[in-house]
Amino acid sequence: MKVLELKNVTKQFGGLTAVGNVSFEVEKDSIFGLIGPNGAGKTTIFNLITGIYKVTEGEILFEGRGTNSLEPYRVAEMGITRTFQNIRLFKKLTTYDNILTACHHNARYSLLDAVIRNRKFKAEEKGLFEQAQELMSIMGLEDRKDVVAGNLPYGLQRRLEIARALASRPKLLMLDEPAAGMNPDETARLMELIKEIRDRFNLTVVVIEHHMDLIMGVCERIVVLNFGKKLAEGTAQQVQANPKVIEAYLGEKEVVVC
Amino acid sequence: MDWFYIKGILILSGINLMAVLGLSLLTGFTGLFSFGHAGFMAIGAYVTAMGTIKLGLPFVPALLLGATGAAMASFFIGRLTLNLKGDYFCIATLGFGEAIRLILDNVQYFGGARGWPGIPVSTNLTTVVILDIIGIAVLANLIRSRHGRNFKAIREEEMASQTIGINVFRYKMTALMISAAYAGIAGGLLGHYLGFLQPKMFQFVKSTELTITVIFGGLGSISGSVIGALVLTSLPELLRTFAIWRLVVYGAAVVFIMITRPQGLMGGYEITPTNIKKLFSRLPGSVGKKQAVGGDKK
Repeated sequence: MKVLELKNVTKQFGGLTAVGNVSFEVEKDSIFGLIGPNGAGKTTIFNLITGIYKVTEGEILFEGRGTNSLEPYRVAEMGITRTFQNIRLFKKLTTYDNILTACHHNARYSLLDAVIRNRKFKAEEKGLFEQAQELMSIMGLEDRKDVVAGNLPYGLQRRLEIARALASRPKLLMLDEPAAGMNPDETARLMELIKEIRDRFNLTVVVIEHHMDLIMGVCERIVVLNFGKKLAEGTAQQVQANPKVIEAYLGEKEVVVC
Repeated sequence: MDWFYIKGILILSGINLMAVLGLSLLTGFTGLFSFGHAGFMAIGAYVTAMGTIKLGLPFVPALLLGATGAAMASFFIGRLTLNLKGDYFCIATLGFGEAIRLILDNVQYFGGARGWPGIPVSTNLTTVVILDIIGIAVLANLIRSRHGRNFKAIREEEMASQTIGINVFRYKMTALMISAAYAGIAGGLLGHYLGFLQPKMFQFVKSTELTITVIFGGLGSISGSVIGALVLTSLPELLRTFAIWRLVVYGAAVVFIMITRPQGLMGGYEITPTNIKKLFSRLPGSVGKKQAVGGDKK
């Protein structure tokens, strides 16, 4: 069953075509990779899916429903969350508050309930505390509970951003270069984490990454983009063997020989 | 100093506190700077006065009417301007505040620029203190809820807030309307304390004064706003002895605080029983865990 489907998606900024006629499908519960050289349009596709940019032409379907005209928060409510290439945490809030804030959708109490502190408020708020606590222990952030997010080490900031994304109980998690700036050791641990998250939360994961060992290690299916166009699609082995992909990354054969 | 004089200062501090509390939600917690809050105060003041004089309402319902009036005005202005980013929103509110004042200058029904005398003097210290306590309690409860956390999330990182499903526009609107309602109540109290209203009282300077108070107290701290309002309203009075130098000293005091403590007096911390306990456990002698509570890490 496919959870996400892009049909001939095009995005133009003025005369520049950032994404041109790209189509692909993401299977439910799979880990899907999106790779390509810098400026290939990977992050633009993420922005299109999450509603930050509006699609110029084509259609994006999530579980069969179109997301084209929706505001980003509506897309998030449908069950799509993401992380950012340049980490966007709530920097001055603590680790715990970052996660707790993101849990807000699992409570329903209104402004008035909050002001008069009725039973509904207390019960739901307690539920949120428990969820945040649980998520912290799953992600191994418990001992950093009261640390201000901006002061966390880089690797943990990435981890916290993933935790925050998971807090809204998404069906599709999109990671934009989660391993950027990580050493091989941290990258290996991240790979394990991505697999573990997928199994534990029954998610579908889409990853943008430049670390090829991560992509080849975890992704079941990969799409390669170049200059906004889809270059190749397939399993890790198929993509690695594809001459077009090698050309995009390393240049043409003659050039390499020279 | 006799009690009447001190009472007067306390009442004025309390009225300013009301307006500052509202602005604290908008600026300190949601991260939107407004330079038009005197406009909302003006609307609140005139609508409340209209309620008591022309409609013959009792004082408190008239105050609520004033708050509603200010909130409605903020709804319309918010619809038009809340999509603007940072500085542009700031300029738009500035224009709004001045526009309200100029409109009132020309509405003869309310006395125009000459002012509106003969407003019943119904505001007393008890009313102000009770309303301030209610105001603080409402704001504190609001902040310590999922809604309050969403306001702070928008202040910190707007795009990330959207991707975790926060309707940013709606929350900004809510913050603006609540803060306008607070300003409206403050205006209503002011009119019924002085017994006289004039558009000149709600000039741009009034708006800046409110914003300065919020920043002085510390963005994102209710206790900071309370202390800021009390200090900055009474400071010019304490400085009366300096005669003509009084406002210079006032300005110097604000500049001094901003240089030595850019995050404001409270800098995002709150005075609560738990935080006080934590502070004592951290004092030398008891080796406690050293961790920041709020956003005060530089």
